[in-house]
Amino acid sequence: MGLLDKEFSDGNIVIARAEDLMNWARLSSIWQLGFGLACCAIEMMATSASHYDFDRFGVIPRNTPRQADAIIISGTVTLKMATRIKRLYEQMPDPKYIISMGSCANCGGPYWEHGYHVLKGIDRVIPVDVYVPGCPPRPEALLEGLLKLQEKIRNESMRKKTA
Amino acid sequence: MKNPEEIFELLKKEFGEIILGLDKDTPVDPIISVDPKHIQKVGAFLRDNEDFKFDNLMVLSGVDDANGTKTKDEDGMDTISGGTLSVYYHLHSTKLKHKITIKTSTYRENPEVESVYNVWRTSDWHEREAFDMFGIIFKNHPDLRRILMPYDWEAGFPLRKDYKNPEFYQGMKVPY
Repeated sequence: MGLLDKEFSDGNIVIARAEDLMNWARLSSIWQLGFGLACCAIEMMATSASHYDFDRFGVIPRNTPRQADAIIISGTVTLKMATRIKRLYEQMPDPKYIISMGSCANCGGPYWEHGYHVLKGIDRVIPVDVYVPGCPPRPEALLEGLLKLQEKIRNESMRKKTA
Repeated sequence: MKNPEEIFELLKKEFGEIILGLDKDTPVDPIISVDPKHIQKVGAFLRDNEDFKFDNLMVLSGVDDANGTKTKDEDGMDTISGGTLSVYYHLHSTKLKHKITIKTSTYRENPEVESVYNVWRTSDWHEREAFDMFGIIFKNHPDLRRILMPYDWEAGFPLRKDYKNPEFYQGMKVPY
């Protein structure tokens, strides 16, 4: 972590770079927009529940885009829904992160050829930080995706947004 | 309880030439064909008559028969002209425990079928779906607009056999 090892002998003071502190705070309480689309959303809910416990990473569902940090695109994005997702994304305050969960959100999945109504990848509409493969991904895979996102945030610079 | 032949005979007696025929040569239950301009009064009769009591419209589905003349364009895509689109009504009586399938065919170029909204309220969304997917116009439907596709979808009706998907929708690329 690199935050607590620079502790003074006086236990009440910790020295850290502002950047590290900011990133640490951000990555430790990623509030995700309470939002699910298809069967992937069932796995996402399972990840939030007691067995896998998303909350131990500080992830809780927040039911307004204005106070959410991340959005997990958990399922098939239809063209009709894509316009709504774009609006939700635009309503989120910076910094904001996107996890694309499952084959449908990544690239259209099983609908890639004959899905006249499916957007072939959410990255055609909004910028994605982490892609989680699977159909649907197991909760472990989604947790791995979250850890990747945390790693990305940890290396962020205040001068330049990288994630 | 009545079998399809008996239902057909009784309907034929009541409505005459509005009832077009009985197709027994199907792998499923026999299908009664009805004139699309008069489906509403046939439906009301089937619902209210003591011998039928078809109080439940299980499903209403559109079908593209694709029986017109096909012409291939330069991309090898079919364009169909002429022929028919059909609507199937699967009816069930919860009181008399019998079932029947009704079919009505309309012209592909001007697909108009009378709405059965006033007979079975279930048909509201089912007819909207048939309109959305096949472009079948249900006359006298109170709110006939798209139900699944976006309201501003202009590329046509996706389940028609000669449907072509658009390149873009609202700036988003549609093909893979």
